[in-house]
Amino acid sequence: MTQTTLRVNEHGLVQHADLQHLITALHDKGYQVIGPTLQDSAVVYDEIDSIADLPAGWTDEQDGGTYRLKRRDDAALFGYTNSPQSWKKFLHPPRRRLWQAQREDAESDFVFMPENGTLPRYAFLGVRACELNAIAIQNTVFTKGPFIDPMFKALHDAAFIVAVNCIQAGGTCFCASMDSGPHVHSGFDLALTELIDADRHVFLVEVGSRRGAEIMEQVPFEPAQEHDLAAVRRIESAVADDMGRTMDTTDIKQFLYDNVNHPRWDDVANRCLTCSNCTIVCPTCFCTTVEDVTDLTGNQAERWQRWDSCFTLDFAYIHGGSVRALARDRYRQWMTHKLASWIDQFDSSGCVGCGRCITWCPVGIDITEEVHAMRESDTTSAEISTLNMV
Amino acid sequence: MTATVAHSPTRNLPNPMLPNPYRVQRVRKETQDTFTLELEPANGQSDFHFAAGQFNMLYIFGVGEVPISISGDPGKPRKLVHTTRAVGVVTSAMQQLKRDDMVGVRGPFGNDWPVVEAQGKDVVIVAGGLGLAPVRPALYHVLNHREKYDNVVLLYGTRTPNDILYRREVEKWRARLDVDVHVTVDRAIHPWRGNVGVVTRLIPKSPFDHLNAVAMICGPEVMIRFTVLELERRGVLPDNIFISMERNMKCATGFCGHCQWGPNFVCKDGPVFRYSEIKPFFGQRGL
Ligand SMILES: Cc1cc2nc3c(=O)[nH]c(=O)nc-3n(C[C@H](O)[C@H](O)[C@H](O)COP(=O)(O)OP(=O)(O)OC[C@H]3O[C@@H](n4cnc5c(N)ncnc54)[C@H](O)[C@@H]3O)c2cc1C
Ligand code: SF4
Ligand code: SF4
Ligand code: FES
Repeated sequence: MTQTTLRVNEHGLVQHADLQHLITALHDKGYQVIGPTLQDSAVVYDEIDSIADLPAGWTDEQDGGTYRLKRRDDAALFGYTNSPQSWKKFLHPPRRRLWQAQREDAESDFVFMPENGTLPRYAFLGVRACELNAIAIQNTVFTKGPFIDPMFKALHDAAFIVAVNCIQAGGTCFCASMDSGPHVHSGFDLALTELIDADRHVFLVEVGSRRGAEIMEQVPFEPAQEHDLAAVRRIESAVADDMGRTMDTTDIKQFLYDNVNHPRWDDVANRCLTCSNCTIVCPTCFCTTVEDVTDLTGNQAERWQRWDSCFTLDFAYIHGGSVRALARDRYRQWMTHKLASWIDQFDSSGCVGCGRCITWCPVGIDITEEVHAMRESDTTSAEISTLNMV
Repeated sequence: MTATVAHSPTRNLPNPMLPNPYRVQRVRKETQDTFTLELEPANGQSDFHFAAGQFNMLYIFGVGEVPISISGDPGKPRKLVHTTRAVGVVTSAMQQLKRDDMVGVRGPFGNDWPVVEAQGKDVVIVAGGLGLAPVRPALYHVLNHREKYDNVVLLYGTRTPNDILYRREVEKWRARLDVDVHVTVDRAIHPWRGNVGVVTRLIPKSPFDHLNAVAMICGPEVMIRFTVLELERRGVLPDNIFISMERNMKCATGFCGHCQWGPNFVCKDGPVFRYSEIKPFFGQRGL
């Protein structure tokens, strides 16, 4: 008797030729399917219609300040790692209007008009373990505090997530150090592991939710065998052992708090261009600013929110100047936030080890390298901590 | 055709980024550059409940939105009162407002002064310049419940006698027998006959029991720093010293990241902080 349905936590094996059924099923359920595509010499998450849109047979080479696409010697669909853009651009868009306000003329009253439009229901195909963690981290920021961002919540809760386990680690990856990968464990509707060799090209599917199980009713699959699950475990440990970078996170919060005046901050500040690339590509960085605009009549006003970065001078401006006037202050704020204060604020690290900030830094500044260098010369001491007092 | 999710936050969830329309009831000029607005909801009367020390985000049509403390009496929620100094783009536009003009209001945000914790103790309020506005609600509260507190001391310093905020009211408080009010100016102008010098100089002689006092400090960061030093010198414990912080704020809801100060978001963890909790990094430059 062949099995026709899968329940939560069960596995099935889907042939490469049948994977299109997954996309079709998602479309049929009304999802806008977003997945990796090849654009401008990079992997870019964008709307996809079919499996043919995926970057089959491509991989990438990444290092500090370097990203290059390369041909694989097989036709793997997910044989690369993180690309410059993350899912952040969909759930926490780079620019959005918060509301409009309108009045008849300068003398008359105005009214506020909230954004009442509809939002897309996304299905994300190809969410990596680190990215899944990054989505969960942003969900904490926007929905677990004293206030809830209603747009993020609506987009997030509606999104269908097809996770993908990495079959190789990238040159700047260190998710294993951050305990956020390389294998996905929860928070997905379906999770795929691509198994490809001379004999077969299949996807081991794990069901993570009822929604996921429902979609799988539309996708042909075979039962997964123990040797398939073993193959997945082998991939997981091989990838974990092959991380391009590592970071020692032992007691890192206190370590960074104690080293607030480490000379390494000056050293990195001399290299950092304060260009904000690292914060833009980071899947957890959430900071925004607002812009108030009016039309030519001056009677129609709008408030827009857009991504901002703690690397800009304006970011911490209060009358008289920026609180973080020096590049050193700003790099320190960013790295200390990611690795230390985030833990105080949201009970988790703000870094998932995706490596994007390393790959996309024009001068190749490497967060793992900076931590390493500081640990080599720990300056923790009461004396140092009182230096630089104003 | 792909389906969509409904996005009507006002129906499902309150949208904390959407201001409410308010109307200016009254404008009062306090000093050369400082003014007080009394606001009421544009669509009908309703009380604005807040705790002493909280702030609102005030929006000026088409110009922008800024954090301003609520400076009125928490016991009189009918009136929403804000005192603002015109220092830049938004606050200067705010200065042009007249009676019946509209503003947007979001709030109240942030935490409050420890008026409950201070019950049964001496209350020492130290304000510098405009810093009197954000602590005035705490003083109102203490005076509204005067019997619950021991000695009440207000130490207030400004640049010149012309910069004294709420002048008539300060004079009234000074005339009371159950409050010690001391005002000092950096630079005297005729006919000032009071104290001259920084506000911290008033601390050594003021009538409070250092072991049983709660201090609330509001003013420029340097002034806070020296006030804390002086209070500690008098033996007030860091646990009993509270300060109010200012940082750039774009959202007041914990979303925009601008107000971070060490591990804190000033908008939701502050603006009032217990000194012992922020002592490790207070005064650290560039944080
Ligand atoms: C919690 C809190 C309570 C405050 N309460 C009061 C009050 O009761 N009365 C009062 O007059 N002022 C108060 N301020 C300061 C007030 O918010 C600023 O003076 C105001 O934002 C200046 O805006 P602007 O557009 O006029 O100035 P600009 O200099 O044109 O502003 C440029 C940018 O810097 C920001 N900015 C400038 N100065 C400050 C500042 N001191 N603090 C925070 N952001 C600043 C502005 O919001 C704006 O984003 C408070 C600030 C905070 C954080
Ligand atoms: S800090 Fe760098 S490695 Fe960590 S999550 Fe952000 S981009 Fe990825
Ligand atoms: S660390 Fe690199 S990417 Fe980030 S701001 Fe500095 S130069 Fe730009
Ligand atoms: S003001 Fe936006 S996070 Fe505090």
